[in-house]
Amino acid sequence: MLEKALKGSKAYWIWVFALLGIITVGFSFYLKQLDFGLGITGMSRDVTWGFYIAQFTFLVGVAASAVMLVIPYYLHNYKAFGRITIMGEFLAIASVIMCILFIIADLGQPMRLLNVLLYPTPHSMLFWDMIVLSGYLMINLVVGWNVLDAERNSVPPAKWLKPLIYLSVPWAISIHTVTAYLYCGLPGRGFWLTAILAPRFLASAFAGGPAFLILLCLLVRKVTKFDPGKEQIQSLAKVVVYGSIANMFFFLCEVFVAMYSQIPEHLDHLQYLFFGLHGHGVLVPWMWTAMTLIVSGIILLLIPAARKNEAVLAVACIFTFIGIWIDKGMGMVAGGFVPNPLHEVHEYFPTFPEVMIAVAVYGTGFLVLTILYKVFVGVKTELAA
Amino acid sequence: MEKNRRSFLKFAGISVLGLGSLSLLDGLTSDGVIASSGQTSAEATFKTTANALTAQRWGMVIDTRKIDGGICKDMEEACHTAHNVPDHEEKRHEIKWIWETEYKHAFPEKTDEFLTERLKDLPIPVLCNHCQNPPCVQACPTQATFQRPDGIVMMDFHRCIGCRFCMAACPFGSRSFNFRDPRADNAIKHENPDFPTRMKGVVEKCNFCAERLAVGKQPACVEASQGALIFGDLGDPESEVRQLLKENYAIRRKQNLGTNPSVYYLV
Repeated sequence: MLEKALKGSKAYWIWVFALLGIITVGFSFYLKQLDFGLGITGMSRDVTWGFYIAQFTFLVGVAASAVMLVIPYYLHNYKAFGRITIMGEFLAIASVIMCILFIIADLGQPMRLLNVLLYPTPHSMLFWDMIVLSGYLMINLVVGWNVLDAERNSVPPAKWLKPLIYLSVPWAISIHTVTAYLYCGLPGRGFWLTAILAPRFLASAFAGGPAFLILLCLLVRKVTKFDPGKEQIQSLAKVVVYGSIANMFFFLCEVFVAMYSQIPEHLDHLQYLFFGLHGHGVLVPWMWTAMTLIVSGIILLLIPAARKNEAVLAVACIFTFIGIWIDKGMGMVAGGFVPNPLHEVHEYFPTFPEVMIAVAVYGTGFLVLTILYKVFVGVKTELAA
Repeated sequence: MEKNRRSFLKFAGISVLGLGSLSLLDGLTSDGVIASSGQTSAEATFKTTANALTAQRWGMVIDTRKIDGGICKDMEEACHTAHNVPDHEEKRHEIKWIWETEYKHAFPEKTDEFLTERLKDLPIPVLCNHCQNPPCVQACPTQATFQRPDGIVMMDFHRCIGCRFCMAACPFGSRSFNFRDPRADNAIKHENPDFPTRMKGVVEKCNFCAERLAVGKQPACVEASQGALIFGDLGDPESEVRQLLKENYAIRRKQNLGTNPSVYYLV
């Protein structure tokens, strides 16, 4: 099937080469980082994780959100999603690849990455993260590809795929749970030390991921002959709004606990993010922007007339996606490090090379996604013809 | 066409499997190499002599009544010189094993509006607490940071992948990361040939001078402290540190977190 990615219109090839160009430029910055060290980023002794780990955390959510298609289609026999479930799985593949690349970009000694396998350490959450992410990548690759292949041959998918598909449901939950456990099991980081972190991660994932998928569906309809379908897009929109409301509910639970108990270790981080602390507040405008976008997205999606208008829906999805991207990425990671364990405020903001390296990783993800979607759309249009 | 596609798929599948086993093989072979080279370097670096100091559980008592700014400077200087700690101008890249801070930063949960005048302005030395229950060791995915039977929490600079999970896990901000090459730009003024320099991209921190204990010497900061720092065996009821703790009220940093620090402060 992969040969379908080798035949395309002029616009397709312009897009592919544009992505390759972006990757090349960003990679040159990565070479600089390899040479100088992570000092070219904005990270410091006090904020030791930054933009890379923020993107990683966010994208694990996008990957996990494929389960929002798999559950209705395979467990509840919601036939409409059969048309786009593979799109969700392919998005998961691209997202997990980006996650892995962001982890590698963040390592001080990337050539020692295999040490994680050479000295397996079950008491480290990073060890489990590696297992669940690589497992999830394989599951989606095998399931997505084989189901599409079966579809192409007009035969039902092989029987051995079923257990794998069922396994992919808890596995999707596990990747984001383990990602939350990276943070919420650390003593002395009051902002992350909350049992609701994993549920909140999942809720925001089930909003941000499907929001992005809706945008992809609209794009696919526009630039190809394949229509993912009106009903499918509307159903996804409902998933987005449920997820987004659950996310905000969990967030308000956090705010209540911190503000009502007034325990400084928990309260200080929220104060830093939303109002600034000791005169430092570089993230304050970002956080309020994120909240405004998320809430506006919810309002737009809740009104049926607005939701059914696909132009408005697209805007609502962009709002939701960007809002969660800011909140879960920058806010969650940097917010947990400021103030530091000695209660000093040292702020963080990404540098230009850091952003360029991140852009290169996103470029790679989009390239993978483009190729996979090209194959998918190719098969679909071939069947329709 | 049909046949072509099938053979292509087969080929693709086999390639993926092949790649997988290749990297597995790679891992297996490099395992052998790294393990053996790690062993020899460990043997070559740390010689344990007959007069080595040993303990059940090493600990430190810091008598803040004997501390002043000058002593703090001397201790920092002694430690950072002994361990080739680089001095970077850029604050973000700073590396520190022991440093002075204020009471309100060392003990943020114990700050008080009406704190005694003496403590308010007193420089407090802070360093790795060598916790009995260290969260950094728990977090490290490669066991590059580990706990010795005598309680010292150590770093293997050759194994560290630089993920900085330990830095997120440490509730005391005791760890530093080499954001740039510590050997470049004359960052190490006087290199001590008895202790290794590091490379960029690895984490480092206080090691309770394990290399000095091994040859019968007290930690560098203790030597420079003019009696303000007392180092000894917390497991030995007759040791000086235990006697001090018996006779004086001592506090530890963030005791409520349950990491059980081995550094005590007399206030």
